[in-house]
This record gives sequence, C-alpha cells and structure tokens, in this order.
Amino acid sequence: MNAPALKNCLEPRWLRPLLIAVALLFLVVFILLPLVTIFSQALDVNLQDYLAAALGYEGATPELPPLFASLGDGASVYRAALDDAEVRAAIRLSLFTVLFCVPLNTFFGVMLAWAITKFDFRGKNLLISLIELPFAISPVIAGLIFILIFGASGWLNMVDLYTFADGRITKLLDADGNTVTLYKWLMAHDLKIVFAVPGIFLATLFVTFPFVARELIPLMQEMGKDDEEAALTLGASGWQLFFKVTLPNIKWGLLYGVILTSARAIGEFGAVAVVSGNVRGETTTMPLYIEILYGEYQFATAFAVASLLTLIALVTLVVKAAIEYVLKKQRTG
Amino acid sequence: MNKPGSSIKSILAAAGLLLAFAAQAASYEILNVSYDPTRELYKEYNAAFVKYYKAKTGDDVNIKQSHGGSGGQARAVIDGLEADVVTLALAYDIDAIVEKTHRLPENWQTRLKHNSAPYTSTIVFLVRKGNPKKIRDWDDLAKSDVKIITPNPKTSGGARWNYLAAWAYGLEKFGSEEKARDFVKQIFKNVPVLDSGARGSTNTFVQRGLGDVLLAWENEAFLSINELGKGKFEIVVPSLSILAEPTVALVDDVAKKKGTTKVAQEYLDYLYSREGQRIAARNYYRPTDPDVAREFAKQFTKVKLVTIDKAFGGWKKAQTTHFSDGGIFDKIQSELHQ
Amino acid sequence: MPNGTFRLRRNRSQLPGFGLTLGLSVAYMSLLILVPLGALVLFSMNLSPREFWRVVSDSRVLAAFRVSFGSTFLAATIDMFFGFVIAWVLARYRFFGKRLVDAIIDLPFAIPTAVTGIALATLFSPKGLVGGQLAALSAWINARFGVNVSLDIAFSGTGIVAALMFIGIPFIVRTVQPVLEELDKEVEEAASSLGANFHQIFLRVIFPSILPALLTGFALAFARGLGEYGSVIFISSNAPYESEIVPLLIVMKLGEFNYEGASAIGVSMLACSFLLLLAINFLQAFARNRRKA
Repeated sequence: MNAPALKNCLEPRWLRPLLIAVALLFLVVFILLPLVTIFSQALDVNLQDYLAAALGYEGATPELPPLFASLGDGASVYRAALDDAEVRAAIRLSLFTVLFCVPLNTFFGVMLAWAITKFDFRGKNLLISLIELPFAISPVIAGLIFILIFGASGWLNMVDLYTFADGRITKLLDADGNTVTLYKWLMAHDLKIVFAVPGIFLATLFVTFPFVARELIPLMQEMGKDDEEAALTLGASGWQLFFKVTLPNIKWGLLYGVILTSARAIGEFGAVAVVSGNVRGETTTMPLYIEILYGEYQFATAFAVASLLTLIALVTLVVKAAIEYVLKKQRTG
Repeated sequence: MNKPGSSIKSILAAAGLLLAFAAQAASYEILNVSYDPTRELYKEYNAAFVKYYKAKTGDDVNIKQSHGGSGGQARAVIDGLEADVVTLALAYDIDAIVEKTHRLPENWQTRLKHNSAPYTSTIVFLVRKGNPKKIRDWDDLAKSDVKIITPNPKTSGGARWNYLAAWAYGLEKFGSEEKARDFVKQIFKNVPVLDSGARGSTNTFVQRGLGDVLLAWENEAFLSINELGKGKFEIVVPSLSILAEPTVALVDDVAKKKGTTKVAQEYLDYLYSREGQRIAARNYYRPTDPDVAREFAKQFTKVKLVTIDKAFGGWKKAQTTHFSDGGIFDKIQSELHQ
Repeated sequence: MPNGTFRLRRNRSQLPGFGLTLGLSVAYMSLLILVPLGALVLFSMNLSPREFWRVVSDSRVLAAFRVSFGSTFLAATIDMFFGFVIAWVLARYRFFGKRLVDAIIDLPFAIPTAVTGIALATLFSPKGLVGGQLAALSAWINARFGVNVSLDIAFSGTGIVAALMFIGIPFIVRTVQPVLEELDKEVEEAASSLGANFHQIFLRVIFPSILPALLTGFALAFARGLGEYGSVIFISSNAPYESEIVPLLIVMKLGEFNYEGASAIGVSMLACSFLLLLAINFLQAFARNRRKA
C-alpha cells in the first residue's frame, strides 16, 4: 500500500479513473449492497420502496415514503431477539465453539508451522497440501465424515467391545446378550457425539484447522531460522527460544490466523448443519438459528441475528486492518 | 451393563475433553423430531401439553423441538439423534427408521388411531391475488405459461404428496399410468425452482415473488395467507387431491433408555384429545376427531381425497416406484433435460 | 540478515523440538483430518468399483458436477478480471476511501456463508434492491423491443455464479495485490525510457510477473467455490440438471439414507479438491523459485 505513484504515469490518462470506477462499482454491488441489505432488513428500513419511488417506477407511491419509517422498531427487534432464550442459547453455543476450537487449532497450528519451517524432511510439500485440505473440501463432506464415523451407521458401531473377566477376554455383552459396540456403549452412557455439542466442535475443528498454519508458514519461511539458531548458540532453551525469539516475530501473523479461525468457527454453516440435528436451543449455532428463523418467517429476527454476525465480521476486519498497519510500520520503521 | 474394559477407559480419557460437554442430567425431557411446516403447531401444542401434564401428574416436562426436511430428520434419527417421538411428514420416513434401526416395532402405525396420523392435511394451490393465470384445477398447471413452485420430492415430504396428488388426478382423468406420467411430466416442466423443503418453497413464492402458483400443504397455504400477506394470495382447492397423513410415533428404545416412555406416550395421546385436536385445527391441520372437525368445518373446503394406500398401494411401493434413485421422478427429470 | 555465516551450515537444523512438534501436530492432524477422510474413502469402498462408477456417472450427478465446475469456473474467471482491477487500483493509485476498500475486500472471508446467502438472495430477488431494478429493466426491454429476455439473478444458475463471485473475490485480490506492490517500478520506467509504450510494458513486463499469482488466486477461489454450500443453496433455484450443485446432491443422498452414494460423490469431490491444492502448491513453489532466480 501507499506505493509511491510512478513519476510519469505509464498508462493512458483516461485509464486510471476508469479502473477505479470499475473496482468501486464491483465492490458496491457485490460487497457493500449485501452489507446494507442485512442491516436494512434487520432495522426494517425500506430501501426498495424508497428507491422505486425516487426513480418513479410504475406502481410506486407518488411521494417518497419515509426511509427510516421504523428505526425505533429496529432497536426493539434487537431487544426482542436477545430476549429470546433460544437466540441466547445459539449465541452461547457459538461462543463455546470458538472458545473450544480456537485454542486447540492455534496450539497445533503453531507446532505444525514450527516443524515445517524450521526443519527439512521428506514429504513436506505433501504435508502442506494436506493441511490445506479442509479449506478446499466442501463443508458438507466435512460434516458427512463425522456422521460416517460417529453415527449409528458409522464405524464406531462396527467396533465390538471386549471385557476381561475370569481370566479370559470375552466380548462385552449387554443384558439381552447382544454384543456391545463402542457406539452403543457411548450412547448407553449418554456420551453423544454427533447430533450433540461434541459433533459441532469436531466439525468446526476440522474446517478451521488450516488457518493458523496457513498464516504462519509463509511468514516463518520468510524469517528463516537464523535468529533462533543464534539464540541457541547463546544457550537458550527450547521454550525460551520460542517465547523470546520466535513468538515476538510472528505474534501479529499469529493473531491474524487466530482471528480468521474465530471468524470461520463462529460462521460455519454447512459442516455444522449436517451434524447438528437441529435441536432448538441445544445444538443450533448462530448461523443455523438464522436459517431456522428464516424458515419461520421471522425475517426481522433472522436478519437481526445475521447483522450481529456481520458486526463480528466487521470488527474482525477492523482488527485485521489494524494489525496490518502495525506490521507495515514494523517492517518499514 | 457389564463393566467396561480398561482399554476403553483410556480411550475415553483421551476423548474426555470432548465428552465432558456431552454428559447431561436425565430428567423429564423429551425430544420431538419433526418436519418443517409443523413449527407453529408444536410451539403451541408443546406449551399446552406442559401445562396439561403438570396439572395431571405434577411433573415438569421440558420438550425439545427439532425441525427440518422430513427425510433429513429421519436420517438424523437413524444416525443417532435420540428422539423420544417422531412426528414426520409421511409414514415412509418412519418406516425407514424402523428398517434401519429397529428402535420401534414394525407395527408402529397400528398403535395409534387413524394410521397414527392425529391430524391430516391435503395439497392445495396458493395463487396470487385475483388469480391472474386463472388456475382452477390440476389441468391448468400443465399449461405452458404457468410457473409452478414446489419443493423437491427427493428431499421434501410435502413435495412427494404434491407429486402423488398430481399423479392421482392424472390417473383419474386420463385413465392410464402412461398418461398420468405424461401429465406429471408436463407439470414439472413448469417448475423453475425446486427448494429442498416446504418452507423454502413458501419463501420463494411469498417473499421472493417467484412463480404463479405454489403447490403446498393446506396448512402452509393458510399460514401464508394469514401470517405473511393478508389479501395478497388466494387458495385454490383442486377438484381432487390426496389425503396427506403426517404420522407420529414413539421411538420405544430411546424412550425406554431415557425413562420417558410414559410421558412421551402421553404426549402423542394428547394430540388426539379435544384440546390437541383444536390446536391442530387452529394451525390449519384437519382434525381427525369428528366433533372438532365439525367445529372447524367452515375453515376447510370439502374436497375429494384419494389415499396413498388405495391409489398407490402404500408408501413403500410409492417410494420405490416414484422417488427412489432411478424411479419415475428421476426419469422424468432426466427426460426434461435431454 | 544478521549472522550470515550460519547460512553456510549444513541443512540439518540444530533447532530443538522437531520430533515433538512434528509428532504431536501430525498426530492431531491424523486424528482430526486424515482418519476421518480415510473413513470416508473406506465407506465408499462398500460399493464395488462398478457400483461406484454407476453412482458418479449417473447423468444427474454428472450434471451437478458440470454445474459446480462450470459456475465455479465462470465465477473465478470473472473474479480474476475484477480482482485484478481491484488489486491494481489498490496497489498503484491513491484515492478517497482507499483504506476502507482495502479493508472491506476481506468481508466475504469473515462473514458467515448463511448470512451471505440470505443477503444475496434478498438483494437479487425480484423484490430486492438490485433484482427489482433488473426485473424492471428486463420488463422495459421486453416491452420496448418485443423480446423475451430475463435478467434475473436470484433463483437461477446466475445466482450460483453471483454467490461464488462474492466468496472468491478476496482470494484473487489478496494474492495479486502483494505481487503488484513488490513489482519493481524501475524496470517499468527503464522500459518506458527505452521507448516501450504502456501496452508493451504491460504485456511483456507486468503481466508475466503477476501471472503465477493470478493463477494461484484463481485456483484458490476455484477450490473454495467448488465446495461452497451455505450461500449457494439460498440463492440457487436448485433445479436438477440445471442449477443443482454437487454438495447439495450429497445432502440429498443423505436425506434418502444413501450413505454409500453420498460418500462416493464425496470421494470424487475430495479427489478434485486435493488435485487442485497440489496444483496451487506447485504454482506457488514455481512462483517462489522464479522470484528468487
């Protein structure tokens, strides 16, 4: 950014405003308008009628309808949405999902990045491709695989359990004399995985796995390992090495990765939809609950929850922009 | 249950972090896994039942609800979603649960009155105000200038009733399976959007303004008129339709395990009571209780109804002939796109 | 870089933690990703190769693959053009609101797909802000010229492309932008002083150096778009053979209790994704080497 403009502009003079216009037009139609739509629907601002009247279409009312007809109601829509116990449950579940998945994936993402960038080993490129796999896989497939493992028709129900009794190993049998599979044992002990919260965590872990490593690997590749090796010769321990030398160098990139992971964890739809079971107030995350509200014709509430998620996304972008600003300053300063 | 092997314990210890979140205290909590258009019905019914049960036994009961496309919901139950009761769009989906899991007996449909369908519905047309395309009956849907909105019969229970109602009409009118097939094909030629569920279709028609006619559950059509756009739509009842029987069943194994058999059974029985029937009727389902039906007679138009058993030889047969992979619906779709 | 002498050391790293970090993280990855994916592949093997082939070569499945690949390709191609323009504008020009534009590019990345879906469907529906104008416009054209055209975006194949364009745009911009910024302006100026016009400079100097980044961005947008589900189902008409995407077909097979079918389609998609990723990594390695050379 802020590259010094070329002294003599090479391209034709008319090209510049044209390109800027094209770029802005695209952004307005494809990014800004959807954003406006979400908030205007939540706040019940009638842009459509307003525009139709302003442009004088047939069937439009002769005078301009008030643009902010019910902005006061808009605020009450949010209040009503937050008063709904199921909305609150959805928000809570989404937050728990983030709290569970982000630390785990951050921890292992950092380890992977360390192993990949500080050492040479065979199969490294394959490993990098594998890390990125969840990113390229359809979320629906991500949900499907956990059903195929943990569901009643999945692998866990094909694993028989054994027990050690009277000096012999025998198959574990239930009261009716049927063999007990791992799946049945878990269900008997109320340890549900799919169609319960753990399934949602697992699916989210899967789809958010690549982000931290993806952010860190290029960054750490660029840095090389000279600093660490220097510290090593000075007698630093492994932990000191990481926390005193590496971490300060990668902290902003790491934060960026964490933010991306959180954004995806809070917003994942497809994968979670397959494993959720749609039990209201129990296994519905915020994006799932938006779909439910939408299906119940509670459009204002649906868009209210959607706009909450959008706000989170916008905050994410602001933080990210701030990080980049700091990074750039660090590099140039 | 025997004591588990110690190796299992260590596996569990490893997974303990995940599983810690799963353990829940058992109480009178029942899960009703239902299909899409019953959301409003069960919201009202659950509240009434909680009150009724408290008054009758002094016990509290907490009812959890799950809604979605009927097939997908049955799939979730098959895969382990622990529903105490299922209230799905068609008997076939419950049959599938029986077949794949044996969590309820094969004779489930005979355990409750009226084929285990406490309320019924039928398929009607929802058109835009003034009926600009002059749609009166199924024939009008085959005209080339009519755009029809219906969900996808592969994923939606309601859409299968739509399809079968059209087929039944074609059969009655033209007299042969061959011609009925052509008739249904003609109708599906006019379908621009196939949403995956009944609710999606209603949204497409009502909110997004697509299509001239929506093939819908009668209750969905009423709901659209009364809740979404008073005065913007009209219901057209065709000369012949199908008796849609959304069925309900107790999932014995789950209820037994959770110790909720009594309350879950009561939950289903109460659907047949006066109060339950009135709630169903208020949510535009046709009550099966003759007295309540008389009470709400004005609300529902009389229509000649065929049943799935008489016209199609039951759900299993209808499913394999029409909707399974490579069935008639698939063939029609592929012919339409050759 | 300080301590240049270290660079001469042998390849084997002296740093600690190789076994620990690689072991733990690969174990975690195997549990979370590889074993589940292996389970998927194994599950699809419940089908004989012939049955597998019958599932994935079914005309409707093929049509869905055509729709998925076709619309993703189209969307990524359009994105490639606009993404390039946006990256160019951001890298080279100064204008009012530039920082805002730069920040908002990542919105599709941060916003949940379900939210994208309902926003785009509302926006482009015949009753929506943009869709309404398009409907009015097509009505006007049809009345004026006596033709029958439709500019509808929502609930058609075009809707899928629109949603995928939204999803894909940040990938193109974010891979091309840094390369454009790093581009050595002196080369251009030198070429210019040698009498080359902009046209020549662009084709001979600029374009070749950003081409790998452009292709990488394209491949990323493509890979991401191919599997997209949440936003597409809201805006597509989901008509078999016309606007039915592969992930929807998987969900549909699940709704029919057809796990083998679902996993067979899943495995074919998995293979496509993996090949795409290998291609991307190859492209990136290629670009890295070229930059070094």
